[in-house]
Amino acid sequence: MMGNEPSVVVENLTKRFGAFVALDSINFQAWRGEIFGFLGPNGAGKSTTIRILCGLLRPTSGRAQVAGIDVAAKPEAVRQQIGYMSQKFSLYNDLEVIENLRFFAGLYSVPTKDLRLRLAWALRMAGIEGRERALTRTLAVGWKQRLALACAVLHRPPVVFLDEPTSGVDAVSRRQFWELIQQMVSEGITVFVTTHYMDEAEYCNRLVLIDRGRIVAMGTPTELKTRHMKRDLLMVECEPLGPGLEALHEIPAVLDAAVFGSSLHAVVANAQAALPGIRRGLESRGLKVGRVEQIQPSLEDVFVALTATRESVPKGNA
Amino acid sequence: MSLRRILAMMRKEVIQIWRDPRSLLVIFAMPLVQLVIYGYGVNLDIKRIPLCIYDRDATQSSQDVLKHFQSTDYFRIVRVADDYRDVIDHIDRGTCTMAVVVPPQFSEHLRSQGKAEVQALLDASDSNTASVSMGYALAILQGYSQQVQLDWQQRNGIPPVAPNVTFQQRTWFNEDLESMSNIVPGVVAMVMAVVGAFLTSLTIAREWERGTMEQLIATPVRKLEIQIGKLVPYFVIGMADTALCAGFAVGWFHVPFRGSWTVLFACSALFLLVVLSLGYFFSVTAKSQLGASQSALLVTLLPTFLLSGFIFPIDQMPVIVQGITRVLPARYYVSILRNLFLKGTAVQLMAGDIAALAIFAGVLILLATRAFHKRLE
Repeated sequence: MMGNEPSVVVENLTKRFGAFVALDSINFQAWRGEIFGFLGPNGAGKSTTIRILCGLLRPTSGRAQVAGIDVAAKPEAVRQQIGYMSQKFSLYNDLEVIENLRFFAGLYSVPTKDLRLRLAWALRMAGIEGRERALTRTLAVGWKQRLALACAVLHRPPVVFLDEPTSGVDAVSRRQFWELIQQMVSEGITVFVTTHYMDEAEYCNRLVLIDRGRIVAMGTPTELKTRHMKRDLLMVECEPLGPGLEALHEIPAVLDAAVFGSSLHAVVANAQAALPGIRRGLESRGLKVGRVEQIQPSLEDVFVALTATRESVPKGNA
Repeated sequence: MSLRRILAMMRKEVIQIWRDPRSLLVIFAMPLVQLVIYGYGVNLDIKRIPLCIYDRDATQSSQDVLKHFQSTDYFRIVRVADDYRDVIDHIDRGTCTMAVVVPPQFSEHLRSQGKAEVQALLDASDSNTASVSMGYALAILQGYSQQVQLDWQQRNGIPPVAPNVTFQQRTWFNEDLESMSNIVPGVVAMVMAVVGAFLTSLTIAREWERGTMEQLIATPVRKLEIQIGKLVPYFVIGMADTALCAGFAVGWFHVPFRGSWTVLFACSALFLLVVLSLGYFFSVTAKSQLGASQSALLVTLLPTFLLSGFIFPIDQMPVIVQGITRVLPARYYVSILRNLFLKGTAVQLMAGDIAALAIFAGVLILLATRAFHKRLE
């Protein structure tokens, strides 16, 4: 599936806003036909990276190349080669569905002879056939999101940038959206996507974990989970959570601990050796302990392990 | 430049205007409202001044004097008083601006001494109206005196040979001295300031506010294409409003139009470019609809109203203010409008004003174009 030519090349890219360093000399390459994920908390530099790649922001230093074109030198040439979906929903609410599509088809100079087919394809893809004449503001968020994606890829760009495309969308719509993305990738399109949903990161072929402007890890989801988690992970069910977390921190075998949804995760050197001690330690403090068992680390665990600022990492369904 | 992209921008803009009731109101209703307000509301002619009369003589002569006041259009008798209290009361309450009191023995004095006096009481809280009323009253009394003299000479068989210098006056351009004819052409400039600057000031700012700008600038559309695509619809609307206002001025208010319609539309196009560019400039720089529209109105509508000569004559302004009016495009446009409607001035004689407008248009277009960047910083 992966081609051999890079769609996106970023070299020593740095972006400063005044004294604030948003991106600190980052490097990566995204290959043709892959879903390339940018994962990190809010303010990590995800949107800044995407905006530089779309020519909306100028890099302070370093180089960015999209579809073989230098972004800083030829932003307009790059823009014809990309589709972009910004974080905020940004189609025209007072335009009909079909009017939005026609507008973007015009801006991207979609050949007139292909127009009818392309519009039909977009409507089908967004799942809004039959609602062409509906005002965009009347659509539910999930549909708006898919329509926005359809508008962004009407001209069949080789590279698509999606900035947190599924924020604020319900679970069903999110899954549908990711199915769309996978379909696009199978047609050879490179999808560059940012998210702070850890579960979505599993859809990506390759991932970059970014935190405070620095890349902390890069690789496939499996690589990240195995390579960066040399220790074992325990899931601890315990009531109440707060005192449970404090207690875990006090148990010597526990190297690190964090709240994870309705349970706790504890990092230990060896799961089997640590298990009895943890249960005893919690119970001796008068806490109600449920299951305690070893689990496969998720990307969020990897992220927690790799970054010092646990507090800033949102939960799986934040 | 791609015609395709410009057309896409234009079509989108037109649809958005068409779906926005507020824009439609500004485009279609506002010009008519302004025409009515300025056409009827702003009347600088002082006529039909409310007058109170008090005849203490009650003779044929005193009635003759008062009839002279009654028979002109300048005064309107609203009260015939019975005593001084009544007179003062009406002036105090403001129901009349002037009172004319004919004293007792008026006719007797006139007969025996050959001269008599009439008293005028004036509410001078509006000094302009008061002094104009005084002037009218003097003229009326002079007319009466002449008639009395003439009568006397005729009765005594003396031929009227007294040397007499009179004005042979002829008013040009606004023959009936109607201030409506002076005001209404200027309304075109007011309407353009609102349509041009106010509506366009919203167009870019709205896109920033709603977040659609980020999507727009990530497409290959060039910044000049955005500018043209956004401004052309408003240009067409502005020209249509010019035609609407001019049509109403001539057809409804009976303001003469003596110049060339081609010149009118050409100059209006220049002025439109000025206000459109200003609106666009503020829209680009303010990035919020409120900030942009207020700045745009502040630099277009307000000076057009106060300093363009639309209502207040520029040559009556203090010298410094007169100097300031020179940097106002509206001043030149209002002057052109008056010339075209009332005087029918030849283009050559308006070359200075037209050149000034053209320079403003050129500079402001450049300014607006340079202010916009397809970037988020």
